[in-house]
Amino acid sequence: MKPRLAEETTSGGRVGDRVRRPDAVQKVRGDFPYSSDLQVDGMLWGATVRSPHPYARIESIDTKAAKAAPGVKAVLTFEDVAGENAYGLEIADQPVLASDVVRYWGEAVALVAAEHPEQARRAADKVKVEYAVLKPVTDPEQALLPKAPKLHPGGNVTRHIKIRHGDQNATAEVVVTGDYEIGMQDQAPLGPESGLAIPDGEGGVDLYIATQWLHIDQKQLAHVLGLEPHEVRLTMAGIGGAFGAREDLSMQAHACMLALKTGRPVKISYSRPESFVGHVHRHPGKLHYEHGATKDGKLVYVKARIVLDGGAYASSSTAVIANASCFAVGPYQCPNATIDGIVAYTNNPPCGAMRGFGSVQNCYAHEAQMDKLAAALTMDPVALRRHNSLETGSALITGQVIDGPVPVAELLRLVHERPLPAPAAKNADLTAMPGGVSNTTHGESVKRGIGYAAGFKNIGYSEGFNDFSTARVRLSVVDGKPRVEVHTAGAEVGQGLVTIQAQIAGTELGVRDVMVLTADTEVGSAGSSSASRQTYITGGAVKAACEAVRERVVALAQSELKSGEGLRLEDENIVGADGNVLVALATLLGEEVIDELRVFRPRKTSPLDPDTGQANAHMQFAFAAHRAVVDVDTELGLVKVVELATAQDVGKAINPQAVEGQLEGGAAQGLGLAVMEEIQVQDGVIKNPSFTDYLLPTILDMPPVRMDILELGDPNSPYGLKGVGEPPTISSGPAILAAIRAATGRPVTRVPVRPHDLVL
Amino acid sequence: MEFLQPATWSEALAMKAAKPEAVPIAGGTDLMVEINLDHRRPATIIDLTHIKELTEWGMDDGRLRIGAGVTYARIIDELGDRLPGLAMASRTVGSPQIRNRGTVGGNLGTASPAGDAHPPLLATEAIVELASTKGTRQVAANEFFAGPKKNAMRADELIAAFLVEPARGPQQFSKVGTRNAMVIAVCSLALAVDPKRKHVGIGIGSAGPTPIRAAEAETFIQEVLEEHRLWERHVHCEPSALKQFGELVAAAAKPIDDVRGTADYRRHALAVLARRTFRWAWDDYRKSK
Amino acid sequence: MNVSCTVNGRAQVAEGVWEGESLLYMLREHLGLYGSKNACEQGECGSCSVYLGGTLVCACLVLAGQAQGKEIITVEGLARGHGLHAVQDAFVEAGAVQCGFCTPGLVVATHDLLQRIPSPSDAQIREALAGNICRCTGYAKIIDAVNLAAGRSRS
Repeated sequence: MKPRLAEETTSGGRVGDRVRRPDAVQKVRGDFPYSSDLQVDGMLWGATVRSPHPYARIESIDTKAAKAAPGVKAVLTFEDVAGENAYGLEIADQPVLASDVVRYWGEAVALVAAEHPEQARRAADKVKVEYAVLKPVTDPEQALLPKAPKLHPGGNVTRHIKIRHGDQNATAEVVVTGDYEIGMQDQAPLGPESGLAIPDGEGGVDLYIATQWLHIDQKQLAHVLGLEPHEVRLTMAGIGGAFGAREDLSMQAHACMLALKTGRPVKISYSRPESFVGHVHRHPGKLHYEHGATKDGKLVYVKARIVLDGGAYASSSTAVIANASCFAVGPYQCPNATIDGIVAYTNNPPCGAMRGFGSVQNCYAHEAQMDKLAAALTMDPVALRRHNSLETGSALITGQVIDGPVPVAELLRLVHERPLPAPAAKNADLTAMPGGVSNTTHGESVKRGIGYAAGFKNIGYSEGFNDFSTARVRLSVVDGKPRVEVHTAGAEVGQGLVTIQAQIAGTELGVRDVMVLTADTEVGSAGSSSASRQTYITGGAVKAACEAVRERVVALAQSELKSGEGLRLEDENIVGADGNVLVALATLLGEEVIDELRVFRPRKTSPLDPDTGQANAHMQFAFAAHRAVVDVDTELGLVKVVELATAQDVGKAINPQAVEGQLEGGAAQGLGLAVMEEIQVQDGVIKNPSFTDYLLPTILDMPPVRMDILELGDPNSPYGLKGVGEPPTISSGPAILAAIRAATGRPVTRVPVRPHDLVL
Repeated sequence: MEFLQPATWSEALAMKAAKPEAVPIAGGTDLMVEINLDHRRPATIIDLTHIKELTEWGMDDGRLRIGAGVTYARIIDELGDRLPGLAMASRTVGSPQIRNRGTVGGNLGTASPAGDAHPPLLATEAIVELASTKGTRQVAANEFFAGPKKNAMRADELIAAFLVEPARGPQQFSKVGTRNAMVIAVCSLALAVDPKRKHVGIGIGSAGPTPIRAAEAETFIQEVLEEHRLWERHVHCEPSALKQFGELVAAAAKPIDDVRGTADYRRHALAVLARRTFRWAWDDYRKSK
Repeated sequence: MNVSCTVNGRAQVAEGVWEGESLLYMLREHLGLYGSKNACEQGECGSCSVYLGGTLVCACLVLAGQAQGKEIITVEGLARGHGLHAVQDAFVEAGAVQCGFCTPGLVVATHDLLQRIPSPSDAQIREALAGNICRCTGYAKIIDAVNLAAGRSRS
């Protein structure tokens, strides 16, 4: 029994082409099966009983009434967790189902499977959980105090990064300080957490799921289900966006437990409000900064204390705080730095990965500081940035010397020199005004502001993490034509990985007909679709496997043609040293199948020194700059972003259309955090868990994005490419904030900016 | 759950009389959210979308009588010239999909303080027509809103229509939201100028437990217009008067802090909206001569 | 209850519908038409946009029973045969599809827009599609797709 999955279509195209996505045809027809669309006969629906308290001891759980409810096939609690009741990406601190204590509002406590989702929901209501309510710890600074209740056995400090670079007692002629606050952003992928678990009848389970990393799910699932990894097989279903929200387990273990218990397929699909408690969010934070510079505008030192609220469980907090600390200064040279980055446990919603993790938070602070410093020095803010920009050979505050192109000054120049949009027209259409069709201004009190920001972050895994991906490439003849099949476990979350794998195989093997197989755990791990790494790492693995296939083809040709050196595989033919076609690839292969598996590893990285934070901790860096032009209704505090301009070095644009899409879409998520998106948490409770009050940018909010895409070529990566996905989300928002400050003359130190921040 | 689908208005009224707890549904833009998100499980739902007369409008003794089931999209398309304020408000309701389905009757039934149709209905002194098997009665919009999501309806009643005079002068609607489209009001304001009656009506939304008519501000601005013969002179009123007008509108509000905004901001913004919408309306009035 | 309606030109009967189900749920789980998407189920994202009696609506906000006797067209019903509708083709070509979860709703909403306004301005496109949230693209390529489809329909 298998649900219908996306078709494995073939596509062509070469590296560098604007390629039509092979999966887009099914997507525009409404025929692409996402994880929430899966269906098999006899399927049950799962529902989750969740904690109504942010912090409480569980006194008792009574499932009798729920079990007796109509249509119910199973009701499960922590007692039904067969393996260890603990999971987590970095630290296994989160229970699959809470046993003795709940640590956040919405934590899963029990599960129900029933014939109809409504029956499952009604039965879930009948699970009686008695709680002894505890006072939640909802402020990370409070959590760090010695008197705070310990939320986990090791205390409330999830991780403290110390960076001590250069002279710790450095002084400077010009000093600016600032405090900045970042709200909690949601990834809000449109596809809800969902999947289908099908028991195999032999104690194992097949899970069809939308996830960013099949193998980390598999590993965690085997652990909590008490099974061997080969007994938990995962297959990728269509993913409706991810952005970090699908790195952690959500309903995976729950669906598997219910399927194993009932012996029937079980589907769980979260509603939007449930999704808000079903995945981690971007860490909110408070950042205190002090910048010291010489009178001519050279940075002397940066001191920063960055406190992020990790919420109830660790998730990827440890990596987030490392980024927030390592890149705390931004893409600038700074000889001396004292950075303390702390992420704390609280009883707030758990926080983890979201696009640009760590660098998004600190970019708001370091870019506001650069503007403040420019003002103190009466220098142009772009000139100040360019004066201090990182360059090839610069040392980061972690001591790492960056090699390869580091075009920070150039990126800033490009956005700065781009022509500005026309001034706001008199009698402009309402849709062009702050407030839009809500008709709040006809031009009254509208002031224009322009702001700049630059940002950077690491690509791929850092700190010595074993980064690799696996690809299997199979060349055969189908219907008289060569066909390449590419098999990896890489998650196509929408970014275009399927297209890129096909382009790479097409380029390396010169074959037009490339089929990318469904990702699953039958092939080795690809690592996660996160940290902008898949094109690099899985792309690298596909390239390596293709090269191995090509070598075997050439060897086969040499032996068949009894020919010596200089044979090449070109445009589905074997070509001699003189360029003449010797034999068609299909003829050469005949019945032969060439199948190669390769693991690709990027450069090794090292752990941060625990006392000084010094190390070659990162594998690659990506840089971008943004200019924002905004119109602000300075009386009502409403903002219309008029235009974003960006410049980014992508190394090599494998699919330029997809690169543009990343730059535009990433900027939209940056805009969202800057001016509207915030999960509002009060006493540990989310007050706006729906799209009615968690506002995402609409097509009327998102301006055009003018782009300069540089392809400077990284000497260390496949095709010279750089990760693309995250930089657009890093500096877009800070540029908007700078523009708002320019328009209003107010300091504006918190995001998202709320109307009352601008007028009261 | 029971689903009833009356084909006629009298059938619907009979069903409501027999089951006063039954919940009517029209466009579903409020009720379906509550059902989908598991906030509400009505025992009985009465679908009003098959009742033709609810979707009709026409003139009735000098007033427009608009069936409760007329959608926002149709108000914009068919009544934009006669009810410009309500049409402007309708344009800010949700998305095209919502405006195609949502109705003023539904807005009145939910009686949310944030309902976009309410401020223009208050500003234009609209009347709500309620019906039951016992007959019909008319309730002034100003009396209709009884509390947070509470209205003056009896359990056996359904909303038949609302009645409102076609605009005789400029009308405005303005709504603050933190997004440039598809947003629930942080606060909103409707203003209707009636040169014949020398009347200025003001309704505010999302700034109290109910939509509110700003009566003192109405009286104040009418006095200013009278006193300085502005209706006849066709000039703008003094900025100081406009400022005071704004303050009176703000004072009419009884806002709270919530996820959408703070009470202080709402009062501040209402004063700004009052000044601006009055200026725009008065500009139109001046130009009309 | 049973609900009879015409979906994409075919008479259909959804059997055993629970009275609290939305048209969206009915289309997906009773009629197997999963093209209309369940992203928010509160009318805030447009991913479930369908035509109901010729009018663009969010299927999540229609109670299944309200569709009794009505004609419904979903994203699956736009193209004739195995090809793509011009709007669908434009979305593929312009790169307006990333994760694609919003795409069916946007395709239907664009189809509706171009029926009403064959050559929409930028402002008209934006106002018409303001109810369709896309989290991936930042909308630029969606606007390109609408313009591409509009241009092709004209020629």
